[in-house]
Order: sequence, then structure tokens, then C-alpha cells
Amino acid sequence: MTIPSIGRRPGQPIYLDYQATTPCDPRVVEKMLPYFTEKFGNPHSRNHAYGWEAEEAVEQAREQVAAIIGADAKEIIFTSGATESNNLAIKGVAQFYKDKKDHIVTVVTEHKCVLDTCRHLEQEGFKVTYLPVKPNGLIDLAELEAVVTDKTAIVSVMGVNNEIGVIQPLAEIGAICRKKGAFFHTDCAQAVGKIELDVNAMNIDLMSISGHKIYGPKGIGALYVRRRPRVRIVPMINGGGQERGMRSGTLATPLCVGLGEACAIAQAEMGAEAERLRGMRDRLLGGLKQRLPEIYVNGDLDNRVAGNINISFAFVEGEGLMMGVKDLAVSSGSACTSASLEPSYVLRALGLDAEMAHTSLRFGLGRFTTQEDIDYAIDHTVKAVEHLRSLSPLWDMHLEGVDLKSIQWAEH
Amino acid sequence: MAYSDKVVDHYEHPRNVGSMDKDSTDVGTGLVGAPACGDVMKLQIKVSPEGIIEDAKFKTFGCGSAIASSSLVTEWVKGKTLDEAAAIKNTDIANELALPPVKIHCSVLAEDAIKAAIKDYKSKTGQGEDEKAAG
Repeated sequence: MTIPSIGRRPGQPIYLDYQATTPCDPRVVEKMLPYFTEKFGNPHSRNHAYGWEAEEAVEQAREQVAAIIGADAKEIIFTSGATESNNLAIKGVAQFYKDKKDHIVTVVTEHKCVLDTCRHLEQEGFKVTYLPVKPNGLIDLAELEAVVTDKTAIVSVMGVNNEIGVIQPLAEIGAICRKKGAFFHTDCAQAVGKIELDVNAMNIDLMSISGHKIYGPKGIGALYVRRRPRVRIVPMINGGGQERGMRSGTLATPLCVGLGEACAIAQAEMGAEAERLRGMRDRLLGGLKQRLPEIYVNGDLDNRVAGNINISFAFVEGEGLMMGVKDLAVSSGSACTSASLEPSYVLRALGLDAEMAHTSLRFGLGRFTTQEDIDYAIDHTVKAVEHLRSLSPLWDMHLEGVDLKSIQWAEH
Repeated sequence: MAYSDKVVDHYEHPRNVGSMDKDSTDVGTGLVGAPACGDVMKLQIKVSPEGIIEDAKFKTFGCGSAIASSSLVTEWVKGKTLDEAAAIKNTDIANELALPPVKIHCSVLAEDAIKAAIKDYKSKTGQGEDEKAAG
């Protein structure tokens, strides 16, 4: 069921930012609605039918979430989203095992909520190793193996990067962690429903899941916590002991139902959806490359989710480019519009210089993207880049064969 | 970020885009800014024997405000004497384009570009001392 009106409203830009968030699938919303009104019971009420029907819905949702990652329903904890899940996983494990282990391993291109959690733990006295990535965005497994010690409590490596869409070798990372006796946590906010995941085959001990990245509602996520061998965590939210004591608070039944349904749909449609998105993504990249010289894909093209492409357009400036592609809702590696003038730390970690990081666009394709959207995006982007290059003194210098690095610029 | 209508107009329909022969003695070229900072402006002026700016061209790598600032000053300097052109202030540019505080540096760069172009012209025609006295 494709509803053409989603991500395509009159007078609004075409939505190509599916890594930022996704619209709720109408099928998800439909499942959720009764749990706001007639089936409003507290799923933790044990004494009457209102509670029982809500509990049944929540438990079914838990099964659906578990199913998409090959887990058992008892291993799924509902949270408010992937940020909370990442906090709970890393802080929870670090705190619980702190008497024996004081070391954490993560990667420089992780989401801010993982990096900031690790920084926080450093202030509490934990040691953190931030692994670099190769120019294609993937970690070096030998480097990982070298830094994990018997003092390492947890290794946290994301499944799919939010900016460049690259897929880390989860099974290989899991094998290293298992061999070394460290828990493996993976932020799979961008991976669930996009790639095949199996917590047992991949030796994943904890996994963060987000609702709104997979056509579910915002405000809900989940954390997978392995039961055998058991992973213990210190809760961050104390209270009535819901979610096996790891996350107290009354569950938001409609949101749980929405996340469950979103997982069920994603699981059923993932293969066909990925194939469709890959076709459109390749069409987008091919169309741009055919008409524009000097454009560069950031991150590995093969180990990458189908719905992401991140491209740097040389000799145009990022903010000017964003202004030119005003009919597209895309993200930029340039942070010019925010308070900081620093370009994307993810792109910098790949070794891109500031200019190329500034001038990147992330195109995020998703369930409601059409070929018409893609063809429009190609044409619109080409026109914007050509316009800016026609104005760019740097483009002229490039055409004249001047090496821009050889010029003594007056930095201001 | 919301841009003023004038910025959008200059961005979409930039005036006087182009290049002149930088080796010509009646052409002054100013190249200011740096790629790493996200702005590079090239402003060129063609000066008549009477010292009037007959033509101006620009090329700019930068955000919409930088493009608009340089496009605007090419319009403003035409027909002016070198001294009149040198008197254009960044605040005039910022006011005309309604630049927000974070974009004031674009107008400063445009003012610098005018001054650099005039300086280049004067150094070619042996008026360097005048420039120093005026500056």
C-alpha cells in the first residue's frame, strides 16, 4: 500500500530525509488508534479486562519486535527511543560491572548519544577507546581485536551509520567480543528493517531500536538485552519495576503497538523494499554522475543500506547548495546553519577536508519515495550545482588546472 | 534559515557574473576569503582613464548571503569613482540585504573585495601611494 500523498505535500519540498525520521505508516497508525480510546487500560493492571487487553497488545508488540532481530520476547525492553536505549545499554552495563571492568570501546562515527554517554562515563572514571574508521567508514577488525582486553566491559558499534549509511561487520565484531569476553552493544536505529539482523548468529548482547526510523511512532524504542548468557544492567529509571526492573514506568500501549506493527511490516517487506530503494538510489547516483563531474560518494558504496547516499559536490559551498536545492528536504554535512561552524564529524572521520565535508548532501530514500521524486531530485540538484559552479571562482580555477591547495588563502 | 527577498533575488538572478582579463592594465582584481572558511569572492573592476569604474564582474563561492553581497556591490560600484567605491561600507551592504548578525561577515568580505580590487588597479597604474594616503 503506497500512499502517494506521504512525503509529497503541495507547496512542501520532496521529503528525502528518511534517515532523520520517517512518516508513520498508515497501517501502523490504524493499529495504534484503539489503544488511545476504547482500549486505554494500563497494561500493568492485573485486576480487570482493561488491563488484560492492553497487556496482551503490549506482549504481542514485544513478540513482533523480538521477531525482526531473532530474539526472544522476554529479551525486549520498551524505552522512549534509541537515545534512551543507548544510554541504558552503555551506562547500565558499565555501572553493573564496574568493580571488575572499567573499559569501553566505541567508534568515532557513532551517534552523538553514544559518544556523549561515553564522555559522561569517562568523567566518572571509565576508560574509553574511540576507534577510528577507514576512509570507507568501516572499522578495522584487527584494530578492534587489539584494543579489547579483559578489562573491557562493553563494545558499542552501530549497525548502520546515520549519515553515510555504511553497514559495520556486526557478525565479525560479535565474534571478537564473544571471544574476548566483552559484551557487544549495537545501535541499530538505522539498521532494523533495513538489513537482516540475528542477535544469536551475530553474537549481539544488547541492541538499540528506534520506532520513528522504521515508519513507527516517535517517542518509542526498544532495547534488546540478552538472557543467555545473561547481561545485567543497572537501571536508569527506578520505580514500579516494569520491564523486568530495567525500565520502570507505565508502558505507552499505543506506541508499543505501533513499534510492534512497524517491525512486523518491515520484516515482511524488507527484501522487496530494499530492492526497490536500491534501484532508485542507483538511478539517483547514476543520474547525478552522468550530468555532473567532480562529485564524490562518501562512505562505502557496497556495504551500505539501500536508502542512503551521501555525496560531496566539489567547488560549491554547502549552505549555498542547500539554498539551491530548496525543493528537496535533505540534510547537509555542513553545519553552517547551526550554532557551530564545524562540518560533520562523521565525514571528517573519513578523512574528508573541511571543504568537502561542508559541501555534502545526504539523500535519504524510503517507503514513500517515488521514481518521479528521484527524477525531480536529479534535475533540481544538477541545476543548483551548475548554477553555483557558474558563480564559483574555485570552479574556474579548477578548470584552469590551478591546484587550490597551492594558493596562499587569507583565512578569515 | 530564512533569507530576505533581496538575498534570494540576487542568489537566483545574480548580476554581473563573470570574469575580465586580470592582466589588463585597466582591470583591478580582488580575491578575498578562503575555501576552508566557506567564502571566496573574486571582484573585478574596469576603470576608465578618468578614474570611473565602467564595469564590474564577480564570482563567488559561498552561501546565499555571500553571493548576494558580491552581486550587490558590482551594481553599486559601477559609475562610481575609485574613492566613492572605496567609501562603500559593509553596514550599507548588510542593511540593504537585511543580513542577519551571523551573516555580517559576508558583507565585510564584499567590502574587502572592493578595496582589494581598487588596490590591485592602483598598483598596476602606479597609484599605490595615493591608495595609501586615502586608505
